Amino acid sequence: MKPTDPSVTWIEEKPLGLAERLYLPLFVQGLTTTARHLVSPKLTVSYPEQRPTVGNPLIYRGVHRLNRDQEGRVKCVACFLCATACPAHCIDIVATNSPWPDREKYPESFAIDELRCIFCGMCEEACPVDAIELTSLLDLTGKSREEMIFDKEKLLSVYDMTKDAEPMKSASLGGTL
Amino acid sequence: MPTVIVDGKEIEIGADERLNCIEAARRAGAEIPHYCWHPGLSVVASCRMCLVETGTRDAATGKISMMPKLVPACQTPAKDGTVIVTESPLVKDSRARVEEALLIDHPIDCPICDKAGECLLQDYHFQHGQSERRADLHAFTSRRRDVGPTVTLFVDRCIMCTRCVRFTREVSGTSELMVTSRGAKEEIDVFPGHPLDNKLSGNVVDLCPVGALGDKDFLYQQRVWFMKREANVCGGCSAGCSIHTEHNQDTIYRLKPRENPHVNTWWICDEGRYGWHHIHDAARLVGAGRRATVSTDRSTPLEAVEWADVVPRLRTDLKAAGRLAVAISPMLTVEEAWMLCAVARSIDPQAFLAVGHVPRTGDDETFPGGFTIRAEKCPNRLGVEGVVALFDPAVPSWSQLVEHVRAGHADAAWITGAYPAAWIDDDTAAAFADLKCLVVQDLFDSPLSALATWRLPAAGFAERAGTWVNVAHRAQTFEQAVRPPAGVWPEGRLYWNMLGRRGLYDPTAVRRQVAESSATFAALAGEIPATGVDLRIHQLA
Repeated sequence: MKPTDPSVTWIEEKPLGLAERLYLPLFVQGLTTTARHLVSPKLTVSYPEQRPTVGNPLIYRGVHRLNRDQEGRVKCVACFLCATACPAHCIDIVATNSPWPDREKYPESFAIDELRCIFCGMCEEACPVDAIELTSLLDLTGKSREEMIFDKEKLLSVYDMTKDAEPMKSASLGGTL
Repeated sequence: MPTVIVDGKEIEIGADERLNCIEAARRAGAEIPHYCWHPGLSVVASCRMCLVETGTRDAATGKISMMPKLVPACQTPAKDGTVIVTESPLVKDSRARVEEALLIDHPIDCPICDKAGECLLQDYHFQHGQSERRADLHAFTSRRRDVGPTVTLFVDRCIMCTRCVRFTREVSGTSELMVTSRGAKEEIDVFPGHPLDNKLSGNVVDLCPVGALGDKDFLYQQRVWFMKREANVCGGCSAGCSIHTEHNQDTIYRLKPRENPHVNTWWICDEGRYGWHHIHDAARLVGAGRRATVSTDRSTPLEAVEWADVVPRLRTDLKAAGRLAVAISPMLTVEEAWMLCAVARSIDPQAFLAVGHVPRTGDDETFPGGFTIRAEKCPNRLGVEGVVALFDPAVPSWSQLVEHVRAGHADAAWITGAYPAAWIDDDTAAAFADLKCLVVQDLFDSPLSALATWRLPAAGFAERAGTWVNVAHRAQTFEQAVRPPAGVWPEGRLYWNMLGRRGLYDPTAVRRQVAESSATFAALAGEIPATGVDLRIHQLA
């Protein structure tokens, strides 16, 4: 669009009033804000001695987990929709025929490169069976890059670790069990 | 010229063309959805997806009279004055109802279905279906039935278009598949004790408009939307079927037939379809190797040579050896063959040039549908013969070359292979044992490569670019689909560099040069259409 475009409406800046020109009222206004924050309760925490409180763990986007179904098997059906949705291309799945008669396809391996992940939550949103979820685990560290590539077992263990504190979202949101 | 009116738009069709309403509407740019109709199979008009309104225009008065009911477009011939309405409320409503009916019994397990992404049921539901469900539908796992060694059937995903049944009856002529039960209980099955096991069986997977028939070789290997497809030509036999190579990150996942009315129509054989696995074989030769001392002594080990050094050193070694004999493999493209001949003649102006070994198994096999699998298991014998004829009108064969070497008329030989299977026996290879310099360029180790003083790797069919001439003199040009493994220069790149040409190997430039310099290949001068050109086009005129 060019500045000469007829759909552009040009407006003039308002001339300064008496209060603006005196400067003092704005000065007082600014100092009032500073003073208010001096006496208000502190929100900063001394991490890591002090843990930050996560508001709602169900919508927090931390470390991934792979949910288990009622029989304790990996819930994932290896449809690759998370890998397709992933903008960082950090999910690598190898699919194969499932060993169970009631399931057709399952992930032989499932790996997420947590260093590459941008924690956008698209995988969680794409999953048709609510198998991949983001937990509220927020401090993720490792000694090597290899260690930060989470495989299927590790992602399932994250589920085992967090399932009590954070129940599967699917249950509360009417998803598949 | 007969005129057909499609959605108010008049189009002319050929006087002796026999088109149905789907084909006529396609000419006018209107796509009529269809499941059961396929141009290569008989018409059954059973899926009811292509129902349209039709009528006729009276030639004398111009008055249009419409049929009161919808008719299947696949079964209705388009004649002069035929009126087709593809987007009326009645037609749209009919399509939505067909889609709704199909989904009642469908497992909707798209997330785990291999067809998802290229499924007509998905596409048509998106375009023509309703957005809300009236039936209480739940996803379930489809029953799976083993119908043959290469194909598996997901029974509940089937929409009973019977394309696969008609294929086995009309094209492969083997009739393994059938429909059991009636009405809503209809299922595809094989006759007891007669599994779907014929040389064209993989085509039923391509024909299946939904995910009912799955290719065991491809099942769950890759989602279809991750793959890129490159128009290629099958190198399995001299039929030269047009194919699509579907690959992702330099890994081939499957080959699909590419429609070409002059060659393979819509089909390819299973041998070609699954004939790409050698490309990713770990036993493939990688990296150039040269024996420390180039002499008749073959005991010294091969040492690795950088590709940049191969170009000058290979020339030096061959020149030092003396009289050169070259076998130009029928797996090479026309461009590569021509460059190899030029390289050989620049090293030794009297070089003996021969067509390489032509592998044959059995006899040509023609199926009732007209599809032929050729006995000659190489894609470019005619092309290489045409190239060799430009340099030596006698066009010596592989056996003549072996005799030539046995008789001691050569001091050095350059044998190109690129054969996907073992091709030479110890006795034949022994003929080359006494040469001063033997260059073997092949995909795999063989008795011949064990004797080589220079062992060079070759490229697989999807890793090269150029032109192949099939058994019917049809030249098809194709691009490289995947990159060869690290340490492999495709033949074209090596010959291009050995000819001292600058920049990247450009097959088009070589093809133009070949076309200019010979009458045989004159038809290759311009742009080559996707379906190829007949090399005899100038000779016939």
